[in-house]
Amino acid sequence: MSIHPHERLIGAIARLILDPLAPPARHIAVGAASPIPAAASWLVRKLGHDVRLSLLHRPTGNPFTEGTRELFDLAGQGRIDLFFLGGGQIDGQANLNLIGTGEWPGRAARFPGSFGSAFMYFMTPRTILFREEHSPRVLVPRVDIVSAPGLSAPGVFRRGTAQALVTGKCIFSFNATAGRFRLASRHPGETQDSIRAATGFAYDGADAPVTADPTEEELALLRGPVCDEMLATYPQFCRQVWHRSDEKAA
Amino acid sequence: MTPTPLDALAALVPDGALLAMPPDNSLAPAAFARALVRRRARGLRLVGVPVAGYATDLLIGAGCVASLQTSAVTLGEAGTAPRFAAAVAAGSIELIDATCPAIHTMLQAAEKGVPFMPLRGVIGSDILAHRADWKVIDNPFADGGDPILLLPALAPDIAAFHAVCADAHGNIYVGRRRELATIAHASRRVLVTVERMVEGNLLEDERLAPGVINGVYVEAVALAARGAWPIGLLDEYAMDAAHIAEYARLARTAEGFSTYLAQYVTAPLASAAE
Repeated sequence: MSIHPHERLIGAIARLILDPLAPPARHIAVGAASPIPAAASWLVRKLGHDVRLSLLHRPTGNPFTEGTRELFDLAGQGRIDLFFLGGGQIDGQANLNLIGTGEWPGRAARFPGSFGSAFMYFMTPRTILFREEHSPRVLVPRVDIVSAPGLSAPGVFRRGTAQALVTGKCIFSFNATAGRFRLASRHPGETQDSIRAATGFAYDGADAPVTADPTEEELALLRGPVCDEMLATYPQFCRQVWHRSDEKAA
Repeated sequence: MTPTPLDALAALVPDGALLAMPPDNSLAPAAFARALVRRRARGLRLVGVPVAGYATDLLIGAGCVASLQTSAVTLGEAGTAPRFAAAVAAGSIELIDATCPAIHTMLQAAEKGVPFMPLRGVIGSDILAHRADWKVIDNPFADGGDPILLLPALAPDIAAFHAVCADAHGNIYVGRRRELATIAHASRRVLVTVERMVEGNLLEDERLAPGVINGVYVEAVALAARGAWPIGLLDEYAMDAAHIAEYARLARTAEGFSTYLAQYVTAPLASAAE
């Protein structure tokens, strides 16, 4: 079985979670409709690392008894170390736009809305940004609307910001001091030119090594125990990537 | 408390009411929303706590909504909420964007009876730039240079949700969805649909009591079997993903949405079944 592109993204995000230079990730929370970040978090756990996972949309065994209110209170206290965010638009300063394009509140194209991004981005020591679509309409020089800023003025309480941006073409690391992304690795099949052409914002690092494939051990974990954990929440994803369906539900 | 018929429960909501509802993963009152469409509610000011889904999109499409305060509107895996998107494009509803913990915090202020409550984050977001009612102050407990957001208390006129069961005292079992208590405590009136009525007093059962909202907050209850459908309800039944997908497809156009209403909301059969 060849490596599915999603498996490569999952493996890459797992390595970012385990990055020894980043603040420690003892408690990871994953929001709604996030199968790839959820799988990466499960992979870290199944590799034997002692991390607590709070998967918000798990239908059974949900960790909360006060819904999202509890999630945000946990984050406000600093009890969540790592969260994942995306955006309809993401710019070179790691600003996120989940609200819409054109005039406020998204008269050209309305996205669903900010969800908790304007809070979570400030409250967790690190955020991994994930957006599979890598195109000039998503990765823009400047977002039309800032739902959550990547950087804050001095004095504004903030525990962290983006660690990295993972797309379907590459991984960018984020330098909060410079306020710029740097190309960290490009996925197989991509060139420095193909990434440059698909990216609307300026970034550092003309070229970078190819994103490493998941190891045999990681692939075995993904296709077995990680998929087992994911089946109930993400049946379509498991069917698409691992050709597995929930026998109980079938 | 004797259960009220569903359509009579919807009749308790006056036009123009500030109406708070939970999202699709947390006891959303879908049958109640359909009853509001049948009663031709108008000018509702909805609050999605903290986000909105099927019920809100349905009410917007049926012309029941003047404004919506929420942090997002989504049909989950079925994607964009189409009537919401059309209304934003047409500018036909007033949209008041918030961010999830801000909605919770405004309700918590109302729950405590205090005029405002602080929240971290949000500073630098364009949401704040469009909220004249949100203020940033310098933390009075620090030595200066610590800006923090203050949010006004939000007390909805009415909270509505669909729960598992109620007893004759008006106590409502919401299970692990205890965030519903905050919505109920903060709102002036609470209208609830339930799967079934139960004997006895839920608050006298030590195992159930932590998942129960005290009937002191609850004005009226209506029976609505499968009243969350097509949304799921705790461990009672799962979301009907195929139906949500059908809704999302039909609601893409005004004509398709009318077809949906005729088939599932206003048809005499649907009305009788609810």
